[in-house]
Amino acid sequence: SRGAEGAAAPPVFTWLSDGTKDSESFTAAARDQFQEELVIRPLHSGDIYASFQFRTLWDTDFLQERQKVSHYRLFPKSLGQVLSKFSVRELHISFTQGFWRTMQWGQPFIPSPPGAELWVWFHDTVSDVDGNWKELTNVLSGIFCASLNFIDLTNTVQPSASFKPLGLGNATDHRFLRYATLPREIVCTENLTPWKKLLPCGSKAGLSVLLKSEKLFHSSFHSQAVHIRPVCQDEQCTSKAWELRQTLNVVFDLYTSGQGKKEWSLFKMFSRTLTEACPLATSSKVYVDITDNPEVKLKQQTVVLGDRRTYSVFDLTRAEMFGQLRSLNLLLRDMLRPLLHAERYVAGFGLQTGEIHTVIYNNHPYRAFPVLLMDSVPWYLQLYIHTLTVTSKSRDNKPSYIHYQPAKDRHRPHLLEMLIQLPPHSMTEVTVQFERALLKWTEYTPDPNHGFYVGSSVVSALVPSMVAMNTNFTQDQPLFSSFVPVKEESSYFVRVYTEPLLVNLPTPDFSMPYNVICLTCTVVAVGYGSFYNLLTRTFQVDEPSLPLAKRLANLIRRIRGVPLLA
Amino acid sequence: MAAPLTLLLIVAVTIRAVLFRSSLAELISERVEVVSPLNAWKRVVEGLALLDLGVSPYSGDVFHETPLMIYLFHFTVDYAEIVFMVSPYFVDCLSCLLASLDRAKIFRKQKYALESDRYPADCLELLRSPKEMFYIPLKVAMFYLLNPFTILSCVAKSTCGLNNAIIALFIFCTLKGSALLSGILLALATYQSIYPLTLFAPALLFFLQRLYIPVNLRRSSFWCFTLQYAFIYVGSLVVITGLSFFLLGSWDFIPSVYGFIFSVPDLTPNIGLFWYFFAEMFEHFRLFFICVFQINVFFYTIPLSIKLKEHPVFLIFMQIAIISIFKSYPTVGDVALYMAFLPAWSHLYRFLRNIFLVSCVLLACSALFPVLWHLWIYAGSANSNFYYAITLLFNFGQILLVSDYFYAYLRREHHLTHGLYLKKKDGTEATLVLK
Repeated sequence: SRGAEGAAAPPVFTWLSDGTKDSESFTAAARDQFQEELVIRPLHSGDIYASFQFRTLWDTDFLQERQKVSHYRLFPKSLGQVLSKFSVRELHISFTQGFWRTMQWGQPFIPSPPGAELWVWFHDTVSDVDGNWKELTNVLSGIFCASLNFIDLTNTVQPSASFKPLGLGNATDHRFLRYATLPREIVCTENLTPWKKLLPCGSKAGLSVLLKSEKLFHSSFHSQAVHIRPVCQDEQCTSKAWELRQTLNVVFDLYTSGQGKKEWSLFKMFSRTLTEACPLATSSKVYVDITDNPEVKLKQQTVVLGDRRTYSVFDLTRAEMFGQLRSLNLLLRDMLRPLLHAERYVAGFGLQTGEIHTVIYNNHPYRAFPVLLMDSVPWYLQLYIHTLTVTSKSRDNKPSYIHYQPAKDRHRPHLLEMLIQLPPHSMTEVTVQFERALLKWTEYTPDPNHGFYVGSSVVSALVPSMVAMNTNFTQDQPLFSSFVPVKEESSYFVRVYTEPLLVNLPTPDFSMPYNVICLTCTVVAVGYGSFYNLLTRTFQVDEPSLPLAKRLANLIRRIRGVPLLA
Repeated sequence: MAAPLTLLLIVAVTIRAVLFRSSLAELISERVEVVSPLNAWKRVVEGLALLDLGVSPYSGDVFHETPLMIYLFHFTVDYAEIVFMVSPYFVDCLSCLLASLDRAKIFRKQKYALESDRYPADCLELLRSPKEMFYIPLKVAMFYLLNPFTILSCVAKSTCGLNNAIIALFIFCTLKGSALLSGILLALATYQSIYPLTLFAPALLFFLQRLYIPVNLRRSSFWCFTLQYAFIYVGSLVVITGLSFFLLGSWDFIPSVYGFIFSVPDLTPNIGLFWYFFAEMFEHFRLFFICVFQINVFFYTIPLSIKLKEHPVFLIFMQIAIISIFKSYPTVGDVALYMAFLPAWSHLYRFLRNIFLVSCVLLACSALFPVLWHLWIYAGSANSNFYYAITLLFNFGQILLVSDYFYAYLRREHHLTHGLYLKKKDGTEATLVLK
């Protein structure tokens, strides 16, 4: 079996014995398939958006008790073991560096918030979800070399409406859902390497050859994610399969890296060229968005109508693709404004109070639609829900559904979910006041004046679409087409993340613990001393005491039995 | 007496009404010296808003009022200003009545002592004459109503004013002689914030003195009355707690209110000693020092009761002062309560040793609190040590004030039994020391 453990694999994997291969597992090997694709799209602002997607579909059931899965081929073993050990139904983890600028770049294929985000649906049979969650975060922390072990109960929430399962299954009980973000998490080569190791071809063949960290991290936006969910094998949904999608979205700023010329090539972006397709892949394609450059004549073209764009397709499994160097010039045109956009900022001054403002823009010219806003605020910013105001077009807009779970100090964060109806072509502002707490000196990070991060808000909506696409469900559809609208006049699901916030808290003086203890105890002791004196002593007339010589003389006289001096 | 009192009430109402309507009201209700996490009005509104949303107010960590407060404010939240205006008047009228009751008692006692020749000849000038004591109730009322601390506390709509009203009512009923009402009100005061538990001893001593039962642990009459009073007190406490359970149907309020008072999880700066101490405490010793600091409040009850068993009214004053200084979340409203009683002991003025220093310290600290807070939180040019230093100094000044009055009281008592002008053995003038 193809294992993916690195040197830092936790000892939990040693319980699984490998070696026993029964006849079942040999036939299992034939039931998985792997597809990879790369979409390159020039953006309006002069950047290039490259989106990699690697998908493995596997017809098996991790959660079956009778037969432990032990023969892995294309599906990475470390993730498979994680799924079966913790009874995970869906797992979504993303690591992002940078913030996606919706107004300049349009909607991303898969949105992700800055930092690390992890949300997991557990299976109904799990009895101790919190225990599983804690162990799962630690195991994933080891797999991805990230500090996911900072996820604990103080930054985990259970959203009641926002993160419904993206795969199969009726899910109504949000007790089995856990969501956490780490906005402070930095993504670097250490996270990319284990992510690449999960791919069937590693970084040796196919599209993953392009994933070299010196260029990937020299970009405006970098996001790598792993999404695992159960899906239907076919249209009638007779059998289930597990789908593992590894996506990597990166936005290159060509003006700073392209020496001012508006042309690009794969070599310029990634400092590598493609040499061959991954031999394990059933399809390996590169899609280049040439909507803005129709005069470019390329070998094969296709029109993916989903977002009204024309793509040129390069199929890497055909050998004649290689050996051609091309440079394409860019032409910029106005892009379609994104329908849903959100921003967030902190208002107020000083270190005592503040206000969180979330602004949501609905750019649809005539349709109103509801959005679900989810805010998870750490416990040390005490929210006052009676100060919550929602205004659209300068009028009060009362949310139709509010789910608020207040924070418990040092135990859980605030969770606020609201369903807000956005009027067409409008700006809606949600404000809520908070107070900043003074923490114990050990609870501050080593750089306390940097501030504390508040995770991004999540705005989820079914946005009405304005474009058409054919609805035939075929395997030949490009992978990224599932992220764009399907039918005319239907709604498609959009999730928008706002900026994370950086909030300063008042700090005590960290050099003074001993001094403070001494000084405060001194004041208490002054009180104690005064009261002790007054309680235990009585008033007496002050008689001066005899000088030492006379006292000694009195002592001798007492021994002799003679009368004492005055 | 009625005319000056009415004038005083009108002046006080005017000041408060003006401040309520001005923009200062918002500013004052945010100040950490005036409100604490236990009695801030913003948190009461937040608790009621949570109740409207269908979430228990005690599920978060923002609301720490007792359920009876929810009962009270659920109906009067729109008239909150009136409630908070009325409560200081309540307190002050009661203090007035208290002072006059006390006065009557003092006169009676003095008369008996004079007639039985218990006072030495030269300490007649220490006795209090009706003339000087005539204006004491008015002075007490003035000290409470026009005290800037009280005005700030009232304008901020801090529920400290209501707690003070209950304590004042309790003292009034005690001095009036009604053991039943006194027990019930003490239970209510304890239910609100747990520290008035220490007022059980002075109230008991007062009743024993009033009923001429000697404080002797071997006498059955002592135990008889003590058990009766304790039964009233504990019984009312149980009833009130049971009623609170039935409001929300859960015992959540106990860890939220009493657990919060005792374990001090919230380290918001205030004028007390706890916040910075526990912000800088090593984690290993946290529990130990919480216990030490909380025991420190209750610890002085027994020794003070033994020393002051003949003087229960002064003992009440001492206990209230100790609670206000050493409680976990003090505010200026608590300070104002014991300061209101100071005119009742204006005759001790000649024995006070540090009164000038103490008043300067308290005035300077009151002025510096907002300045250093602004420098720390808004200007960023100072840090928390500045505010902490003023906190230390303020508490030190309060401790000095209370111990000074205690010293003066004990000294006057000593002079009343041994004479005012004391002489040494050789006839020269003597000085008194504590030995």
